[in-house]
Amino acid sequence: MLQIILILATFVALIIPIGKYLYHVAELQRTFADPVFDRLDNSIYRVCGIDKEEMSWKKYAMSVLATNAVMVLIGYFILRIQEVPILNPNGIGGMEPTLAFNTIISFMTNTNLQHYSGESGLSYLSQMTVITFMMFTSAATGFSVAMAFMRGLAGKTHNVGNFYVDLVRITTRVLLPLSIIGGVFLVSQGVPQNLSPNITVHTIEGGYQDIAMGPIASLEIIKHLGTNGGGFLGANSATPLENPNIVSNMAEMLSMMVLPGACVIVFGHMVHNGKKEKTNGMKKRIWFGSEARPIFAVMSIIFIVGLAVCLAAESAGNPILEKAGLNQSMGSMEGKEVRFGVVQSAVFTTVTTAFTTGTVNNMHDTLTPLGGAVPLMNMMLNVVFGGKGVGLMNMLLYAILAVFICGLMIGRTPEYLGKKIEGKEMKLTALGIIIHPLLILTFSALAVAVPEGVAGITNPGYHGLTQVLYEFSSAAANNGSGFEGLADNSYFWNITTGLVMFFGRYLAIIIQLAVAGSLMMKQPINESVGTLKTDTGTFTISLLMVVLIIAALTFFPVMVLGPIAEHLTLWN
Amino acid sequence: MSKEIKTKFITRDILRDSIRGAFIKLNPRYMIKNPVMFVVETGFFITLLLSFSPGLFGDDGTNLRIYNVMVAAILFITLLFANFAEAVAEGRGKAQAESLKKTQTDMKARIINEGGTETIISASTLKKGDVVLVKSGEIIPNDGEVIEGIASVDESAITGESAPVVKESGGDFASVTGGTTVVSDWLKISITSNPGESFLDKMISLVEGASRKKTPNEIALNTLLVSLTIIFLIVIVTLYPIAVYSGVRLQISTLIALTVCLIPTTIGGLLSAIGIAGMDRVTRFNVIAMSGKAVEACGDVDTMILDKTGTITYGNRMASQFIATENTSEQELIRNAVISSLQDDTPEGRSIVELGYSLSGNRQETMPGTEFIKFTAQERISGVNLPDGTKIRKGAYDAICSYVQELGGKIPKDLDEKVKDVSKLGGTPLVVCSGSRIYGVIYLKDTVKPGLRERFERLRSIGIKTVMCTGDNPLTAATIAHEAGVDSFIAECKPEDKIKVIKAEQREGKVVAMTGDGTNDAPALAQADVGIAMNSGTSAAKEAANMVDLDSDPTKILDVVEIGKQLLITRGSLTTFSIANDVAKYFAIIPAMFMAVIPQMKMLNIMELSTPYSAILSALIFNAVIIPCLIPLAMKGVKYKPQRSERILSSNMLIYGLGGIAAPFIGIKAIDLIITPLLVVIGL
Repeated sequence: MLQIILILATFVALIIPIGKYLYHVAELQRTFADPVFDRLDNSIYRVCGIDKEEMSWKKYAMSVLATNAVMVLIGYFILRIQEVPILNPNGIGGMEPTLAFNTIISFMTNTNLQHYSGESGLSYLSQMTVITFMMFTSAATGFSVAMAFMRGLAGKTHNVGNFYVDLVRITTRVLLPLSIIGGVFLVSQGVPQNLSPNITVHTIEGGYQDIAMGPIASLEIIKHLGTNGGGFLGANSATPLENPNIVSNMAEMLSMMVLPGACVIVFGHMVHNGKKEKTNGMKKRIWFGSEARPIFAVMSIIFIVGLAVCLAAESAGNPILEKAGLNQSMGSMEGKEVRFGVVQSAVFTTVTTAFTTGTVNNMHDTLTPLGGAVPLMNMMLNVVFGGKGVGLMNMLLYAILAVFICGLMIGRTPEYLGKKIEGKEMKLTALGIIIHPLLILTFSALAVAVPEGVAGITNPGYHGLTQVLYEFSSAAANNGSGFEGLADNSYFWNITTGLVMFFGRYLAIIIQLAVAGSLMMKQPINESVGTLKTDTGTFTISLLMVVLIIAALTFFPVMVLGPIAEHLTLWN
Repeated sequence: MSKEIKTKFITRDILRDSIRGAFIKLNPRYMIKNPVMFVVETGFFITLLLSFSPGLFGDDGTNLRIYNVMVAAILFITLLFANFAEAVAEGRGKAQAESLKKTQTDMKARIINEGGTETIISASTLKKGDVVLVKSGEIIPNDGEVIEGIASVDESAITGESAPVVKESGGDFASVTGGTTVVSDWLKISITSNPGESFLDKMISLVEGASRKKTPNEIALNTLLVSLTIIFLIVIVTLYPIAVYSGVRLQISTLIALTVCLIPTTIGGLLSAIGIAGMDRVTRFNVIAMSGKAVEACGDVDTMILDKTGTITYGNRMASQFIATENTSEQELIRNAVISSLQDDTPEGRSIVELGYSLSGNRQETMPGTEFIKFTAQERISGVNLPDGTKIRKGAYDAICSYVQELGGKIPKDLDEKVKDVSKLGGTPLVVCSGSRIYGVIYLKDTVKPGLRERFERLRSIGIKTVMCTGDNPLTAATIAHEAGVDSFIAECKPEDKIKVIKAEQREGKVVAMTGDGTNDAPALAQADVGIAMNSGTSAAKEAANMVDLDSDPTKILDVVEIGKQLLITRGSLTTFSIANDVAKYFAIIPAMFMAVIPQMKMLNIMELSTPYSAILSALIFNAVIIPCLIPLAMKGVKYKPQRSERILSSNMLIYGLGGIAAPFIGIKAIDLIITPLLVVIGL
């Protein structure tokens, strides 16, 4: 319990200053580190020939797509030819085409769904130039889009910013420095960082074991900071090599929480209306922009409820094992690391899916039905902080929806952040909200209906359905955590999840930028006591209800057939 | 909202027509305009088909046919209820229009040909630009402008106001409306609209809802409802294969029942009725909105530009004080002032008598043989000649002075100063004299209409700013503005200034409403987001405005704003209610669907509904009957009390959000208790 409070308190304490710093980076404002970074950035702009012109949302979206497309092509090429003996001490072969397709989409979309095992599937060259590289760029892309989206909502200019400038600034000023600090810390905890080949050791049991080596720490830190989640090794953060102890476990959790959390703070600063928050004529110091408060509150409520359910379910253990004579007083320990126990595992599970990182420190497949339902629900909602600003953007779509309903209820045509919400925005918002359930449900239905899909399911019955739902939810939410247990390295699963990740990422980005672009061009409207306040408790509750009724209830029937049915049969 | 004309909610005629309308509207070509209800209709056709051959899609189950018949019947009733709601709204509008229409039947017009000769033709053949002569007792055949003559016109057919109005060529009183009657003298009128396009025609078609276009907000809301429908369709369509994988073969009727329960049929069925009823409520205030968009915009008004004269003040001057000159007692002044005004039935005259009575306490009677001298524009003096030869006069300062000097009287030294004092305060001074002696000054003041202060207070509380426009000097304007409690004022205001103010406010993102009547108000009326023209105003003003007040009562803008808000609140509340209902419906239907195969699902049956069939049918029946239950609310609108937005939101959220979650739990359980024995009888 103390550990949970400690993590959450540190989280809140960290996001406020980092959010402010991130806001300064996004708004091209002065920061303490300018003397170093300005020089660095300017030389990058010069080398790449970037002009810092502001872009319209369409141009911004095109730049995102084009840049990502180039990276995808290069990455795919490297994966296919990785058997060349460059940085390949373990002699790993080239990757099969559909797996390479799946992998490259997976990492470019910040999903990091892995249908391979790092130690046997990738050379160090691939690990460094494809995986680690994309962990930086996909995270920076996500943040950039979130910044552009917020600029659009703030509507102070008629442009959403320059994608290349955003990409460079976020990489050099946020991701690189934090990665270096975090990486060194992880090395101090015992995470390897070298280019040596795997070593084979003679164990005390008398057998032989391969110990993986490689540039693990550098990947490990950006994996969390950038909410990527793809492990260097197959077992991800459950292995002692990636995540040696409780301290590293907590550091990894915090590093994946901090930037998505800080994004909410950035939003608060970004749309903050200077004249509104004055008290006694003095400008109040802003910790939290008032508009960010309801967003943060709704995210936190869902997060904490999820955490409580997961923790309770895991602590309760498994009644069937209990009957079989296995003591369940420590909770359900199946698939968990003894060094983390139930608490650190449950927190990690909730965090990794809420913040859509997808790294795991226990096997989600072996979670109790309800314990497993929590990460599944987090990804189905995709609004509980979410990775690199994506959760924030999704939540803001729901906020637009909530504003629409609440605005009518006070007798005004709806408006959010001083802009009218009309037919066009409503259409885009609705589209943005539909995509997610559409991808998850139709592909899940397809998978259980065709033999190629069913072939991958390793557990019969309700749990098998949960495996399928989990896989597609993880792909659509660009989370990337695996329920595992699914035999997913097949043509069917590689291609379908590849498509889901692709559409889940880029359709959402385009629509969200379009919403921002459309709102940005509108004339701001006047605020009076008659306008809807979106920084109040009532609005917070309304937003929560909208998220729960529209997002959660959409998945209620399949949840009933999956984890809930499993839970009910297990306990009755 | 006291002015609302109270009518019975629904008459026998409307009921009969609405029931017929509900069936006619079942036509799929008509239904497709309402996608939510179209989905229900499609569901109905499928279940109807399944009623004939239950095994069509490979379903099996006991008593499947009866079950399918039941589902189809409930869906059919749901559709009828939704159509009925719309038909009732239209019916009520039509009844309103009927009375207007009566004036339109078969009119004759006396057209003046180019040679000056007169021909009698049917009014329906009149074209724009024709000149007609209308004599006393005849009906004006179409909208037009007076080009010659002066006459009083009875406009009660349109306004309901029985006092005739004087119409003359030129100026603000030149516009006449088709269907009104000339009661004295004659008018030569140039027709300004083609047959079928007159103001009355437009009004009728608008009120009937025939030419109703969807408003921007309605389109946005419709998008939301369609999106929700799509999401739920995705849920249902994918549920079938997923359930098959889990070993549950869902019946098609059950899937359709779940779809219909989840999609927002309540608001989908009532949406257009709410819009029509909103327009209708405005009409009941005798205000004709040219579009639903205008009514909606009313809800968003941030600033109201109000003319001082007519809107805020009565415009005619009321006596407020008697100021005696030196060496004169106030009582003497009052006595003379009152005597001179006893036969004067102008508002000023009457107010002098009233004020005199309240100050002196005794009523004076007109002495027989008194001769009353009427006010003329040349003399600017009125008064009485008493039988004893005393001549009492009251009038403008300079006119009385020259009158007294002519008689050899003296002007009191302090008169000039007292007159100036009154003028400075924005009042009109009237000087009173008897014979050659001047007694003092009557202070005539422009009076603020009672109750306005409170109304402006109420507007302020919902964030609406009021701006008063007046041609008066700044001092007078400030006095009246303070007295009325408006937020700001523009003195010495010219019509151009109004546009400037409106544009400035709009630049700040504010929605501006204004009232106006004169031709020179037309550009401002067009510029404003909500422009309400007075029916007494010129046709240019009426064309430019998006609402016309038939009673020419400028204060009605306040009511219209509240109606606009009420319309939006009704829409929002019913949407919330409709969506919130889904929670209970899930808990009714989902366990029912899976209980047969997964017995543990009974844990989720928190309402303890008796059987899967009764659970599904109860939810479906609730979904149907909630529509007619909410028709009165949709027609009358959700109650609206001006208060802070935060308070409105929380109270409405409590009623329609929380209520929307709770109501179906109770409703579905109650229906289940009622239908369970019935279902046993028919073997389900």
